[in-house]
Amino acid sequence: MNKIKQYFKTHSYNIATYGIVIIAYVVMQYLSNADMLSRSVNGYLVPICAYIVLAVSLNLVVGISGELSLGHAGFMGVGAFAGIVTAACLQGVVDSDFGRLMAALLVGGVVAGIAGVIVGVPVLRLRGDYLAIVTLAFGEILKNIIGNLYIGKDETGIRVALSQAELHLGAGGKVILSGALGATGVQKLSTFFAGFLLILFTLFVVLNLINSKEGRAIKAVRDNRIAAESVGINVTAFRMKAFVVSAFLAGMAGALYGLNYSAVSASKFGFNTSIDILVFVVLGGMGNILGSVISATVLYVLPEAMRGLADYRMILYAVVLILVMLFTWSPKVKEIMSVVTAKLGGIFKKKEVGTNE
Amino acid sequence: MKKLFALLMAALMVVTMFAGCGSAETPATDAAGGEAPATDAAPTAGTIKIGSSGPLTNDYAVYGKAVEYGLTLAFEEINALGGLQFELRVEDDEADAEMAVNAYNTLMDWGMQIMAGPTTSGSAAAAAAECAADGVFMLTPSASDAAVITAGDNVFQICFTDPNQGVGSADFISSHNLATKVGVIYDSSNPYSVGIYTKFMEQAAVVGLEVVAEEAFTADNKADLSTQVTKCQEAGCDLVFLPIYAAEAAQVLTCADKIDYNPAFFGCDGLDGILATEGFDPALAEGVMLLTPFDASSSDPQTQEFVANYTAKFGLEPNQFAADAYDVAYAIYQACTAAGVTADMSAEEICETMIAQFTSMSFDGLTGDGMTWAADGAVSKLPMAVKIENGVYVGVE
Repeated sequence: MNKIKQYFKTHSYNIATYGIVIIAYVVMQYLSNADMLSRSVNGYLVPICAYIVLAVSLNLVVGISGELSLGHAGFMGVGAFAGIVTAACLQGVVDSDFGRLMAALLVGGVVAGIAGVIVGVPVLRLRGDYLAIVTLAFGEILKNIIGNLYIGKDETGIRVALSQAELHLGAGGKVILSGALGATGVQKLSTFFAGFLLILFTLFVVLNLINSKEGRAIKAVRDNRIAAESVGINVTAFRMKAFVVSAFLAGMAGALYGLNYSAVSASKFGFNTSIDILVFVVLGGMGNILGSVISATVLYVLPEAMRGLADYRMILYAVVLILVMLFTWSPKVKEIMSVVTAKLGGIFKKKEVGTNE
Repeated sequence: MKKLFALLMAALMVVTMFAGCGSAETPATDAAGGEAPATDAAPTAGTIKIGSSGPLTNDYAVYGKAVEYGLTLAFEEINALGGLQFELRVEDDEADAEMAVNAYNTLMDWGMQIMAGPTTSGSAAAAAAECAADGVFMLTPSASDAAVITAGDNVFQICFTDPNQGVGSADFISSHNLATKVGVIYDSSNPYSVGIYTKFMEQAAVVGLEVVAEEAFTADNKADLSTQVTKCQEAGCDLVFLPIYAAEAAQVLTCADKIDYNPAFFGCDGLDGILATEGFDPALAEGVMLLTPFDASSSDPQTQEFVANYTAKFGLEPNQFAADAYDVAYAIYQACTAAGVTADMSAEEICETMIAQFTSMSFDGLTGDGMTWAADGAVSKLPMAVKIENGVYVGVE
């Protein structure tokens, strides 16, 4: 018993994280099956899953590894279009929709991971503000590359070009991705269940990484680079690991996102989306994985819930963001919260003592 | 104990999240509760519910707002006639495909029976697929991309498709001998602009127009377009084709004026509204030609009445988007009346009758007379070229 208790105590944070995600999934799935959710709430489920994965993966870079990355949406975009192309190519080859979705997620992740390596090599030589600016630039480069690509499929295989005319598709050929317009007529494959699995996978990867030897090394690099170097930690290698894992997960989230809409264009994956994801991370707490999960959910639903306010909703959304940031950072609130938690903690301690006797 | 606190906060936030979901649901359930049978698109007493979406809050809000105003004005007039009654709801989609789907779902929760939107192409492509899947009739006022109507048989456009505008522009320039050397400045990150540009280039080759400069910019680097203008000048273009929106075109005209470069400028319907662009001297737009289906200064009595009512109600002159939206409302009204659509029909039933009506009827509106629709949803109407003279549009034959 004591061992189990001990286990629960040391891993309470991880258990709580998985627990909340699983409970939320079961509740929402139940409500959805029972037709108790409105269409709009049903429509939020998959994008929320994608944004949770994006927020958690960015938290790995920003919170755990301590690098301010402003190009996360670029990896999301790479994953989205890699996933869409994969799913389109497997049409007729793999019959199961779920199978194609999984393949698309995997390819999306791998391609984004490769993009992560390519971007990471030059970027991770920099630190701080410089790194932020360069990731921003790379995010825009990725977006612009996608925005100029034309990809088509005919019986000879996949064709890639920089304009519609250069595609030279054969008879029966189909354009999958057409430049600035993006992909249209995408078959929607994403499901809430797949999104849930992806969140669990992401949590598994990120939480285990954080609590592993590598994770401690990454945190050591964040906290004191010189000290970490002096004990023989290969600084660049560990920063790179965190960066590539993060890009990989963002790519998977992108594929899930892309296959949830029948039209996706490159302009979505720009600076604004990167900042949105960063806001989820900052509001949820740097390095706080559960915080990212919750803030991504709340901040996604918030502007939608405020649709009734018509033109004022985006202003109010900004005001709410400012208030929450100020509120959680106010010393007085912190003081009150610490008193409350101390009292609550006291109750728990007494109870624990009681049960032990 | 910090962890305990974190847990409590987490629980609290989850609760607020569900509270948020709940409040989003309430209007929908309330609306459904007030009606008799709980079909997914049951209307309230005798009104046909029309939904639309467009960018009401960001950079493109000028277009979304124009569509909203045009629809509002038209349905108020129609309701005042006393026949079929319509109820309009316009949602914000930020010109983004994801938000367009959210807006569409919100409208469906409300009980929408006919979709009179979205405003922009990217949003429309996403919403069109949803409309096709659900069997909701969709007539977009201004989403002009050719890909929009490929989503399904029930998706129709009232505006020209982008390829048609490209072909029309090239034909017009060549048949009127407007240029010997043509330059093009376009936005390579915008589907509207790329769509017209691509077809224009193809048609230019067919009709023998010599295009000597093709200059692109993107939405991220349009702060200064003087390089593109200078290149057109260096290439000796005597006509610059601008398949772009009014805000960017205003910049191009200002730059050209600064370097004393005076070619002819030719644009498409995106240029409409250039005279009202903030911080732009309308005198610079003198002589600019554009293809537009709507001319606010036209002597047509119907147009004049629309312009007067619109200006009185919203305090600004209507542009082509508002006129397209106005036509959408009246086209829907005409089809509904002809087919005997009643408010208690489901969205699918209305959709069936509307498809039959639209493919067989002819509609006279502000943006064209005798409009007809092909089965693929594309409209057929005559393009109209105008020239800006003394601050007003003058028709060009």
